[in-house]
Amino acid sequence: MLYREAGDFKTSYRADSQTFPIRLDRWAYYATLAAAVLIVPLVINDYWLNAIFLPVLIYGIAALGLNILVGYCGQLSLGTGGFMAVGAYSCYKLMTAFPDINIAIHVVISGLVTAAVGMLFGLPSLRIKGFYLAVATLAAQFFLVWLFNRVPWFYNYSASGQINAPERTLLGVPITGAGTQAWATYLFCLAFLVASAWICRNLTRGAIGRKWMAIRDMDIAAEIIGVNPLRAKLSAFGVSSFFVGIAGALFFAVYLGAVEVGEAFGINKSFLILFMIIIGGLGSILGSFLGAAFMVLLPVLLKNVLVGGFGWPTVLAAHLEVMIVGGLIVFFLIVEPHGLAQLWRVTKEKLRLWPFPH
Amino acid sequence: MKTILTSLALGAALTGGPALADLTFPSLSYRTGPYAANGMQFADGYADYFALINARDGGIGGEMINMPECETAYNTEQGVECYESTKNAGDGALIYQPLSTGITYQLIPKLAADGIPMHTLGYGRTSVSDGDVFKWIFNYPATYWDGASVAIKYLLEENGGDLSGKKIALLYHNSAYGKEPIRTLTELSGMHGFEFSQIAVDHPGQEQKSQWLQIRRDRPDYVIMWGWGVMNQVAIQEAANIRYPMDQIIGSWWAGSEVDVLPAGDGADGYKALNFHAVGDDFELYDALEEYVWSQGLGAGGGEYAGSVIYNRGIYAAMIAVEAARKAQEIHGVSAIDAAQMRDGLEQLEMTEEKMAELGLAGFGPTFSASCRNHGGSGRVAINQWNAGDQTWSVLTDYIQSDQELIARLVEEDSTAYAQENGIPPQCE
Repeated sequence: MLYREAGDFKTSYRADSQTFPIRLDRWAYYATLAAAVLIVPLVINDYWLNAIFLPVLIYGIAALGLNILVGYCGQLSLGTGGFMAVGAYSCYKLMTAFPDINIAIHVVISGLVTAAVGMLFGLPSLRIKGFYLAVATLAAQFFLVWLFNRVPWFYNYSASGQINAPERTLLGVPITGAGTQAWATYLFCLAFLVASAWICRNLTRGAIGRKWMAIRDMDIAAEIIGVNPLRAKLSAFGVSSFFVGIAGALFFAVYLGAVEVGEAFGINKSFLILFMIIIGGLGSILGSFLGAAFMVLLPVLLKNVLVGGFGWPTVLAAHLEVMIVGGLIVFFLIVEPHGLAQLWRVTKEKLRLWPFPH
Repeated sequence: MKTILTSLALGAALTGGPALADLTFPSLSYRTGPYAANGMQFADGYADYFALINARDGGIGGEMINMPECETAYNTEQGVECYESTKNAGDGALIYQPLSTGITYQLIPKLAADGIPMHTLGYGRTSVSDGDVFKWIFNYPATYWDGASVAIKYLLEENGGDLSGKKIALLYHNSAYGKEPIRTLTELSGMHGFEFSQIAVDHPGQEQKSQWLQIRRDRPDYVIMWGWGVMNQVAIQEAANIRYPMDQIIGSWWAGSEVDVLPAGDGADGYKALNFHAVGDDFELYDALEEYVWSQGLGAGGGEYAGSVIYNRGIYAAMIAVEAARKAQEIHGVSAIDAAQMRDGLEQLEMTEEKMAELGLAGFGPTFSASCRNHGGSGRVAINQWNAGDQTWSVLTDYIQSDQELIARLVEEDSTAYAQENGIPPQCE
């Protein structure tokens, strides 16, 4: 009933292959986008921004990036935390070296730097795959964190090894630093998320995305039909790292403002983002968002319910949270191994046929 | 019992109302994660002192204390969430004491923008002791650089005033916290002619085999250790394993509590650590705590950790918060102070022997007085030593004065750089 297709005819190839072929879906998308751009900035406060919106937006970009690599191209990677660190540190170096250039450009360049680093660490993927590649990218994770801890140039020789984001503006509005406004940082990150999703969607449904998916499904067959594995795999590493780098730059500069590499970009971050795409749905743009939202919101929600609502001690709530989140992950993987996106897809199918299923 | 207290406190925070929410001191604690063993003790001490003030005195100047607790797990992201969720609790948070260098760095600019003071008792960014630049942040009674300087001073004394040719290694937690003393120790090695080497241990610090292999090979004359949480236990155990003489290790004040040395058993006998407050429970205040808090079932941990080093530090931190609030009430002549008034209280705080004796904590910490410029206290630190036989820390020295001239120069350099980077005008003109 919700998803009526009656009367929703496609008369051109263009109409048939659009991102949201169902009219209701399309409207829902435009409505969400309009609400996100027009309404949220008016009502957002510091708590909603820092505890919910910024982490969801930024992890959403990181999950998109990793989903390109793991979900679309089938190259298992555990180096996400390290690549985020590359984005963060290049953004820091750029911000301090060129204070007059606006921050959006720094973020994009950080993404490009990370893309280069990502392609470098993607080189072993030509020879090894699966779990062996996961271990090779794990090496990238540890190496990069070690590097940023070891070489003082990266943190401008500061006494503590921490990097701090100084105030930088976009069109005169502060985006980083202490004097930011909730709506400004929110819109800044939202713009990056929307642009990232738009680019990802169009890449994955075009020729390059088909090549990635061919490599993922069977690399030898893909090679026989004319896909160049070198180009396909390295482009996946490059594009993926680009978005992960942007997420890292935003994570450091806009969200936290000060970062300690081992703590913020450790191996846990790699796992967290991997969980996001597994739970959200591999090979799905929507899945990246759902996964990021799930992993960020659930702990906050549980905390607010258990501590705020029931008044339980924080330590009991913290331990329960770990158990509940872990349990839910296992539950989801058993009930729906293709993730939340698949759950949504199935719901949609059922709604389109309702009330007359086959 | 803890449940009841916490639910009461949180119930108060939630239901709000002018009658309940008064002076709000949020506690960003960590009772989970790799640093929980230490975090729990501090949080208990912090909560118990406020519980005592509420139960015995009916609050500060007639205003009850409200302490919403939030679990950070020593994680900066959760710390930010906790800060945002507690800063408007009750009538607004008056002071933050996050007990984490990482979270401190995160909050320094945010708190300055929001106008809420923070007290980082012997941790956090050392150069915040320059009140000229860091208006809202305090770190008295002593800073990391004071600690490093005192450790070297003590070693100088032990070696007849000459350390030339000696080898001193710094074993540190590879994070902002652990890196803090490096700059001071490098300067001091130039001044006193000892050979200084740095050995990093990555978070959380369970894996230290290679570091201790290096120590066994190099045989430094002294090891200074800047560790926290599980790293300390492992380090002391490893030191005992390679039979490194315990009395040649000096831990920072975050590497000098019972939980750090107990796992190594007799092997830890003679281990030394810095400290800026007294140890044990031989204070009048503890009788009051027994009478009004623990025996009433109001204790955060049932008084389990009473008298332990980190518990005492929690008491110390809470005591400073309460005294600063009292001072603020006195300066401004109102009992329901706000965050800005609280800051004035912190800035004009003076801890004297008489005041501490009055509080039932005679001789508990060094005396100091803060000012607009000086947010770092007097910089006097003592050396403690662990006795594994009777499982107690004993105070080995009086409070030793750090090299003020050197520290002042280093602080000036660092804070000036920060002020320039962030465009902060000096406030004490």
